[in-house]
Amino acid sequence: MGALIDIRRASKRFVKGRETITIFDKLDLVINEGDFVAIMGPSGSGKTTLLNLLGGIDRATEGEISFGAARLDQLTEGQLSGWRAANVGFIFQFYNLMPMLNAARNVELPLLLTRLGKGDRARRVQAALEIVGLGDRAKHFPREMSGGQQQRVAIARAIVADPKMLLCDEPTGDLDRKTADEILSMLQLLNREMGKTIIMVTHDPEAARYASRVLHLDKGRFIEQGAMA
Amino acid sequence: MNDFSIVLANLFRAKLRTSLMLVAIFFAFLIFGVLAGVQNGWDNIGNSGADNRLVTTNKINFTQPLPISYIDRIRAVEGVEKVTYANWFGGFYQEPRNVLVTFAVEPETYLDIYRSDFALTPAAEAAFLADRTAMVAGAKLAEKNGWKVGDKIPLNSNIYTNKATGKRVWDFTLVGLLEPVKEEANPNFVLFHHKYFNESVTFGQNTAGYALLRTVDKSVNAAVAEKIDAMFANSPAETATDTEKAFNKAFASQLGNITLIILLVVGSAFFTILMIVGNTMVMAVRERTREIGVMKTLGFRDARIFRLVLGESLLLALLGGLPALGLAAVMLGMIRQLVALPGLELSPPYLALGLLFMLALGLITGLIPAWKALRLNIVTALGRQ
Repeated sequence: MGALIDIRRASKRFVKGRETITIFDKLDLVINEGDFVAIMGPSGSGKTTLLNLLGGIDRATEGEISFGAARLDQLTEGQLSGWRAANVGFIFQFYNLMPMLNAARNVELPLLLTRLGKGDRARRVQAALEIVGLGDRAKHFPREMSGGQQQRVAIARAIVADPKMLLCDEPTGDLDRKTADEILSMLQLLNREMGKTIIMVTHDPEAARYASRVLHLDKGRFIEQGAMA
Repeated sequence: MNDFSIVLANLFRAKLRTSLMLVAIFFAFLIFGVLAGVQNGWDNIGNSGADNRLVTTNKINFTQPLPISYIDRIRAVEGVEKVTYANWFGGFYQEPRNVLVTFAVEPETYLDIYRSDFALTPAAEAAFLADRTAMVAGAKLAEKNGWKVGDKIPLNSNIYTNKATGKRVWDFTLVGLLEPVKEEANPNFVLFHHKYFNESVTFGQNTAGYALLRTVDKSVNAAVAEKIDAMFANSPAETATDTEKAFNKAFASQLGNITLIILLVVGSAFFTILMIVGNTMVMAVRERTREIGVMKTLGFRDARIFRLVLGESLLLALLGGLPALGLAAVMLGMIRQLVALPGLELSPPYLALGLLFMLALGLITGLIPAWKALRLNIVTALGRQ
């Protein structure tokens, strides 16, 4: 499959007081459609910053970031919002569900950004919840679910609008091993069966085993290790 | 689900906090609603009265009487069509707290001047004119006190003593009920013969509380007023003549600057509520920083987030304010049954003002948190660097 993401000579620097901190400098990266990429590296290596750039929620100081034909570095904030809604599903370490909404409504949130009618939205929500095995927990609120179940709801929310790419930031960092494996298997299934391109930031070598490609980010440079599984 | 569902869910996520804010807003608007109704009643007093009616009172103030001899002299003034007079009786029924607006009047002329405002049936008017101890009362007032035509009714005065009994009680026969002719007229009072009053009081005989006159046309009002006051200048009882509307307004203002009092009370209530709700909204939205960051991450645009937060504060103001205005309208209706103040209601302009205050409260308290939410950077909100 062709390149979905193409990062060319991207740099990210922060100014802190009088000091300029370089997270990475002139970074190049190509991720193909259908890849399951794990990005590993020590704390402060810029993994999350890179994920932010890929998700269009942060901007590179310089360089080009392309998603298909779209140049993310040239989009306005409003255009980036629309692009995210259409193309990216986010999965966070701490699930980040809305506590005042039940599972179905949490999953429905991204669909409010589409033109789908109420009936279509309901069908899609139910289908997404079935995929993650929570078809019977639609009316449950986050506080009534375990961490693993909440992360499944977060995955359902991430896939409900059928985005091409899923960005996962330590998706199993808050889960026990068994639950983590279930979540990772689910991600792997989404990658293999539904063709989702998945980019996952993780500290966990066990989690990285589920990826088809592992990248180590250290001191602003990538060291590719290939598939671990 | 739609944006309104999100607003509603956010508003009631902390039920106790929201309930307390709603209660605070409710009482602020209840105070506003009731006081706006009172203000409306006061406005009504100030605006009531016919264009060609003048009132002549003692120049010192309207509690000082005029010699009754003035009445005929006023009748002789060019441009005056009809003159009547009345004395405040200070009446109450059975208990001092059951105050009745009661006037001793010259019946023929009084009823004639006010015929366009309220009237008796011809039979009742004939009965009233024929019996010196007769009284007539507003139909609603009679109903409230359980009076029927033909009843003997003892009325007390908190000013005068009845010479015949040595007590402050007068016996009257109710012979007719006053019904409004004009929609806005509210004859919620008692009238009886000035002659009966004059011969039975222990002091203040041969005086009139004020003279009320109808001119041939409102264009001569100023000239007539000037002539009357000039006529009694340098006498022991100098007069002040003004339009009935101005008199009513002055009468209302004797009771204090109601508008200022209402403004101060309502202003204090709203300022307090503004601080409480504003502060609480800022805190509530700050607690949701991460969630706002997540919504933006999902693709919700800044403007939509702004609308969601602002919608929350607007909904809060409306949920607290609308029932309060509804209850205020009901309460004013109940008070209207007890006191003779026509216009004691939540009129459309004040209702609109109330709605405007609600919108203003919602906008002012929501603007800062909504703006902060709009400006919120996703990376900062998610704590991701």
